[in-house]
Parts: sequence; C-alpha cells; structure tokens
Amino acid sequence: MIDLALAVGQTQTPEAVMFWILAPLTVAAAFGMLLVKKAVHSAILMASVMINLAFFYIAQDALFLGIVQIVVYTGAVMMLFLFILMLVGVDSSDSLTETITGLRPIAITAAVGFGGLMVSLLGRATLGRPAIGLESANANGNVKGLAQLLFSTYVWPFEVVSALLITAALGAMVLAHHQRIQTRPTQRELSTQRFRGISLANAAGLPAPGVFARHNAVDVPALLPDGSPAANSVNATLEARGDMLATGVFELGKIDTSAGEEK
Amino acid sequence: MDAANYLYLSVLLFTIGAVGVVVRRNAIVVFMCIELMLNAANLAFVTFSRINGDLNGQVVAFFTMVVAACEVVVGLAIIVTIYRSRRSASVDDASLLKR
Amino acid sequence: MTTSNSLVYLIALPLLGAAILLLAGRRADKWGHILGTVMSGSSFAVGLYQLSQMLGRSNEARPVTQKLFEWISVGSFKVDAALLLDQLSICFVLLITGVGTLIHVYSISYMSHDHDRRRFFAYLNLFIAAMLLLVLGNSYLNLYVGWEGVGLASYLLIGFWNQKPAYATASKKAFVMNRIGDMGLSFAIMIAFATVGTVSFEGIKEHVHHTSTGALTAIGIMLLVAATGKSAQFPLQAWLGDAMAGPTPVSALIHAATMVTAGVYLITRSNFIFDAAPTAQLLVVIIGAITLLFGALIGTAKDDIKKALAASTMSQIGYMILGAGLGPVGYAFAIMHLLTHGFFKAGMFLGAGSVMHGMNDEVNMRKYGALRKFMPITFATFGLGYLAILGVPPFAGFYSKDMIIETAFNSGGTKGIILGSVTLLGAGITAFYMTRVMILTFTGKSRWDEEAHPHESPLLMWLPMAVLAIGSVSSGFLLSRGDALVNWLAPLFQEHGEHSELLKPIVVSGLALAMVAIGVAIAFLKYSRQEVASVAPEDVSVFTKIARQDLMQDRFNEAVFMRPGQQLTQVLVKTDEAVIDGAVRGVGHMAMGSGSLLRGVQSGFVRSYAALILVGAVLLIAAIWVVTN
Repeated sequence: MIDLALAVGQTQTPEAVMFWILAPLTVAAAFGMLLVKKAVHSAILMASVMINLAFFYIAQDALFLGIVQIVVYTGAVMMLFLFILMLVGVDSSDSLTETITGLRPIAITAAVGFGGLMVSLLGRATLGRPAIGLESANANGNVKGLAQLLFSTYVWPFEVVSALLITAALGAMVLAHHQRIQTRPTQRELSTQRFRGISLANAAGLPAPGVFARHNAVDVPALLPDGSPAANSVNATLEARGDMLATGVFELGKIDTSAGEEK
Repeated sequence: MDAANYLYLSVLLFTIGAVGVVVRRNAIVVFMCIELMLNAANLAFVTFSRINGDLNGQVVAFFTMVVAACEVVVGLAIIVTIYRSRRSASVDDASLLKR
Repeated sequence: MTTSNSLVYLIALPLLGAAILLLAGRRADKWGHILGTVMSGSSFAVGLYQLSQMLGRSNEARPVTQKLFEWISVGSFKVDAALLLDQLSICFVLLITGVGTLIHVYSISYMSHDHDRRRFFAYLNLFIAAMLLLVLGNSYLNLYVGWEGVGLASYLLIGFWNQKPAYATASKKAFVMNRIGDMGLSFAIMIAFATVGTVSFEGIKEHVHHTSTGALTAIGIMLLVAATGKSAQFPLQAWLGDAMAGPTPVSALIHAATMVTAGVYLITRSNFIFDAAPTAQLLVVIIGAITLLFGALIGTAKDDIKKALAASTMSQIGYMILGAGLGPVGYAFAIMHLLTHGFFKAGMFLGAGSVMHGMNDEVNMRKYGALRKFMPITFATFGLGYLAILGVPPFAGFYSKDMIIETAFNSGGTKGIILGSVTLLGAGITAFYMTRVMILTFTGKSRWDEEAHPHESPLLMWLPMAVLAIGSVSSGFLLSRGDALVNWLAPLFQEHGEHSELLKPIVVSGLALAMVAIGVAIAFLKYSRQEVASVAPEDVSVFTKIARQDLMQDRFNEAVFMRPGQQLTQVLVKTDEAVIDGAVRGVGHMAMGSGSLLRGVQSGFVRSYAALILVGAVLLIAAIWVVTN
C-alpha cells in the first residue's frame, strides 16, 4: 500500500486520482464521527480518517510523518481511546438531541462562516502559486532531512517537548492514581461484617444477577419474589452508565409460556 | 493537481472537528474531535512544507503530534478521574463552574 | 564663629529620656520620673557649662555652632541639621532646662497618684528636647522641626487625661489652631527660599539688603502668623484657655513659661527681617497691643484660677510681642520680660497647682478663700509672683514691664502715646485681676466644699515654687543691673539710633505704679469689702458676660469659621454622595448589570464556552479577511 501511495505521488495525475477518491471518504468519515450515536463507532471512523491522512502525508513526500501517523496515531492513540471507551462503557450510546438551546445553530453557522472564510483566505494566499515540491529537500531521504532539522535548528524545542512528554506521563499517573484512604478490608472482616451487621439479609451474599432459567447475564438484575428488580444484584458501574437491562419483559405476568404449552 | 486542494480538505476537516467539539456531549468523542482538528492542522503543515519546498512544516507537524499525544494522555486521565467520581463521561454533567 | 561638639547633648539627653521612657513601657514605671528629671537636669547642666564657656569669650566669638549632618541637598538648596547657640539661645536654653527641671521635680510629687506618671515624664522630656531644638536650630527649617515637636508635645500633654472627652477636645483645639500658625511658618520658609534662596538665619541676614521690601514684609507677616498661633496672640488666642485642661505642671512649663513664648523668640530671632519690613513690624506691635488688653480683660472675669492665669499669660506675652515689635530698642526688653515672666508665671501656676492639690482639684476660685492660713508657703510664693507681675519694685516685673512701657511711650509720635497708654492700661487691669485672684484664693472667708481639707503641699512641690519665687524677686534686678541683658544681647541686634525721650523713666514708673495702685484698689473694694458669692452671679453687666465668654472669641470662631466650614462640609458631603459616590455606584451598577446580562453566557457548560471560542475565532478570521483584502 505504501508502495502504491509512493507511486501515486510520483506523477500528477495518479495523485489527483488518489486525492479525489480518498478525500471524499475522509470527509464522509469525519462527518460520520459527528453523526453516529456510539462512541466506539466514532473511534473506528476516526481511525479511518487518520489512515487516510497518512496516505495524504506520504503522497506529499512526508514519508516519515505518514508512518508515524499510522504507528503513533492509529496504533497508539486510537488504542488508548478505545481502551478508555472500554472502561467507560463500550456499549453506551449518546443521545444526539441538543440540550443547550441555540447551541447547534450557532455552532453550525459559525462553522460555515469559519470554513468559508478560511477557504477564501487560503485561496487568496495560494492561488496561482505553483508548489515547489520537496525533491531537493528530500534528496538525502525524508527521514535524514527531518533528522538534520530536528537535531540542529529544532534541538531545543525537541528537548523541551521531551520534557513535556515526561511531565504528561507523570501527570497522567498522578491523575489516575487512587489514594486509598482506608485499609482494604480483609476477607475475615468482610465476613464478620456480613454476620454481625444490622440485618442478616445479605449474610449469604448478594443476589446474583440474571433472571433464572430465562436470561442469564450480568447486566440483568435478579427478580425479587414480588417480581421487582433487585438493584444490588448488578454491578453499580453498569447501573450508573445505563447499561443495565430493563426487567420488565421478564416479569411474571408477561412471560411468554406458549412454548412450554406446545410441548 | 493543485496542492491547495489539500488545504481545502484540511479546512473542511478542521471545521468538522470544531463542530464536533461543540455539538457532541461524550467527552471521549469531544477529545477525538480535538484530535481531528489537530490532524487537519498537521495536514495543512505538511502541505505548506510541500508548497514552500522545505521540511520545516513537517517538523512542526511532528511537534504537533508529540503535543497531541501528551494532550491525549492527560485528557484521558482527566476523563477517567471525572468518570470515577461522577459515573458519567458527559461534559454537560461537569458544569459545576456556574454554581 | 566657634564650633562645639557638646551642643547636641542639650537636645539628645532629654530626647533619650523620652525614648527610654516611652519604649520601656510599664517596666519603667518605678524609676521613670527620676530618669526624666535627671535627663532634664543634666541638660540644664550642659546649658550652664555652655554659659560658662560663652562668658569666657569675646562678644564676637560667643555664638557656637555644631553641624550634625547634611540634612537636605537638592540642587542649590542645602540645609544642614546644625545647631546655633548664641547669646539669645542661651537665655532660652537656661530658662527651658532650668524651669523645666524645677517643674520635673514638682511633677514627681504632683503626679504621684497618677498611674501614667511615666508617660507624663516622657512627654515632658520630649517637650524639653523639641523646645531646645526650636531655640537651637540654625535655620528656619531646623526651627520648624522643633516648632512642630513642641506642638506635638503640647497636644499630648493637654490631652494627657484624654479619658475626659472635654480634655481630648481641648487638645485637638490647641493642635488645630496651632496648625494655622504652623502654616504661616511654612509659608514664611517657602517665601524665604523662593526669594532669598536660603533658609538659614545667617544666610537671610546677609541677603536682607538685596531682598525686596515686599518679600520681607510677606515673610514677616507669615512669621507673625506663626507667632500668633504658638504664642496664643490675637486672633489665634482661643486655644490657650482650653489648654489648661492639661496637668498644672504642663500649664506652668509649656503654656506659661516656655512654649507660648516661642513666638517672641521667633520674632526676636527674625529681627533682621522685621527691621527691614516696617509694615510687618507695625503689625507686630498692633497684635501685641490688642492681645495684651484682650487677655487682661478676659482675666478679670474668669473664676477658674488656671484660666485666669492663662488669660494673664496671654496678656503678658502681648507685652513681649509689643516689645519685640518696637524694633532694636525693644528686643532686649521683650526677652527680659520673657525671662522674668517665665519665673513668676511658672511660680504662680505651680502655686495654683498646689492650691488645687490641697483642694481636691477644685479650680473655681469662688470655692476657695482663706487659704493663707492653711498654705503659708504657697501663699508666700504665689504672693511674690503676684508682686512681680504687678511690677511693684523691686520685684522682677517692675524692671521688665516698665521698660516695655517706657519704650512704648518713647517709640515716637502718636504711635508712642497710643502704645504707651495701652500698656499702662494693661498694667492697671493686670493689677485688678491678679489682686482679684489673690483675694478670692487666699483671703476672706472660706467658701470650700464640705469635703475639702486644704493642706500645705509636700517638700518636692513647694521647693520648686520657692526657687521660682526667688527668681521672681531677684531676676529683674539681676538682669537689668548695669543693663546686663541688654548688653549681652546687643551684638545680635542692629544698632538703634537715638530715640526721642517722651517721658522720663521715673515718670513712667510713677504712672505705672499709679495704675497698679488703682487696679489693686478697685479689686480690693469689689472683692474684699463685699461677700463673694460661691456661685458666679448672673445679674452682671453685659461686659462681664462677654468677658466670661473669652470676649466672644469662640463664638466668633464658630460663627465665622466653624459654621460656614460645617455648611461647606455638608455641601461637600452631599456632592460626594450624589456625584462621586453616584459615579462610583453607577460604575458598580453598570458592572452588576452587565454582569447579570453576561451571566447567561456563563452557563458552566464547556460546550457553550467552546462555541464562544469558535465564534471568536470566526470574528478574528473575518477581521483578517477584511484587513488583508
């Protein structure tokens, strides 16, 4: 694929072909990010936008950046996004209805104005200026040319940026660190707590999730004898992010028993 | 082909990203939109590099990537922290500044 | 001119005493009064040493200077903090430290029941230091520092018992009225700097012939304003009566013997200016003449012994100012009267303090009477002071006051006759009110309150009174013997030409004694022959009523300055509220209004902020678009 992209980049026409195929795809994927309900889908579309961008980089003689785009962005950063998505709730979908009145029209108007003005400005700045191209700059290879700049002219920013990275890594660790303010209860203490507590209701353990013999999953609360769902049978995290299934369909009166009668 | 087409594409992507930041409520999607804006800027830099015939633009794009990576790391850590305390990744829920 | 290194100790010793007493706080309560007295006494010793040195030198070499440090150096304007001790200063130094030390001794006993006695001594020491700086400064600026210093000390001491609101008000009144005089002094310094280019006595004296009469007149009038403020002269005299709120030793030291004479010192010190500015000099005489009658008239109506003495002080300083205004012939006599007055008036004030001490701090003379038997020493010392102020030969006042009367008569023409008559009349009224004080206090029947148990004061109190009484008796004779003081001071003043001799000295003395006799006789008839009511009678003539109210001075001030000032303040307050506060509040309301409008924007939602950023970016780019188009 890289070879293809390189070959496309050599001549004018193939590059144009590639551009006109990939650019609409990229824009469509970007739009899709805005419109899909599930964050995971957004992430997939984002990854595709990034891969397309990598093609564009390579087509524009930025071989190193193209590779880095794929390795760092599509590989590492998007994985990080997906990882966090998993943590937060991969299945959850957002409502796309706007809750802040007037925000959406303002945003769209501003975006249209912004895009129009930028296009107009850029057109004014670049129209009729032939691109010089990077043939001479990349004479010793793109990586070597970049390296020469990075370690001479930009060596100080390079060092600063490395410090920034370290700081960010430390910062993330500090933010993610959860300080335990009480000692973790031992099993013995937990068991004492269960039996010496105010009531013995949970002495045998919390109710297990799932509706017996009908449906079995951790996101379905158990039903109490009166048919109401037992909230403490499901992990609180699932409940909080709205991933808990409703139990209405499993209530006694609504159970479809026709299958059993047929037998 | 005119290299300016890449710039127009970059503006388009940037605008979409900006709208996404404003419109979407899920903090992770908002973050991805920010990444999209950064990437659009990177595309513009790479194109400028090509138009001007030197590699400075690519170096700037490189630095942008590093900074973006930092931003993602810290930003996601913040999201996790907020999520841990409020059980929600919606940016609208973290609107305590008013009160 | 001789230099000396020991002048600074005159000031430094009492200043150190004040600093120690104030900084050490209650720890010094036990020995504070002794330290204060020792410091004042050692300053007196230094003064005596300086006098002995000075006596050993020729006339020209007598003035001594000491440069302490370069104080101000701005362009061509240079002022050194330097001290000058000459024949004039030494008189004041010895008076201040001598009488001051006696009053320190007196205060040890007088204030022994006051739990703040240490603070009192600290202020006394501070006053001594400031007053010495006033008379030792070699330039008007150095003098000004001391001038303000004594103002401060006076304020602190008048309001020493500031737990009584009336006393605190009295101290404020004294301070504020003094400010007017201080303004005059600062204006004088500024005019001197602007026209002459220097503020030192020597410098101005040298340049006096190149300076326009107009400028000198302006400086002179401003110095006169300063003198009227500090010396309680007309029209700034109203504070002195109220200043009696302070402890009696303070009244004796500051408001009789020393500080209030600073105006006389200032005018005498500035003799070269007044000699060259006849208009200003004439004003000095007029002010002196008015005040000497004014004070005397107030004195006739006062029932408060201290206020009667205060009015007398005012009147006597009027004599001095008048003398100083008569030019080269009068300066020495003004100073002589100042010195003798320092003795007999301080003595009488201490006597009054002694009486109050024995009478439960009662100040109303109508509640005294027949104290002669119970306080023989006080009666004796007070009586000697009384004879001295009356000008009965051979007591001190006879020499000094008669000299002024004589000089007034001899100043020539109609002016001489008017001034002479005024001074003679003043002498008569003085005799009347002082006799009244004597009769009401010491003779007749007792009109005490029931709980009063009059007794003689202890040794530490009557000893200073006795010393001052000796001064009252002998100082006039000593100072005028062979024109001692006149010759001593002569090098400082210009030679005066021959003056016409309207009346022979013996005639003047005769006239003065006759006036005194008349005054005494009237007082005797009015107060000794009749019963004296213990409550001031109400059915008195209009003049008495006016005199009781200090000749309407406070009413006048209230009507002319205070009421319009209050109205102006009220107008300003209204303006302030309407315009300035209105503007300020308007800004506040505007901020609040715009804030509540903009509060809608602050929804707390990150996304709306982001939208705002986006809008801002669009506007920015639109601006760029327009600019680069």
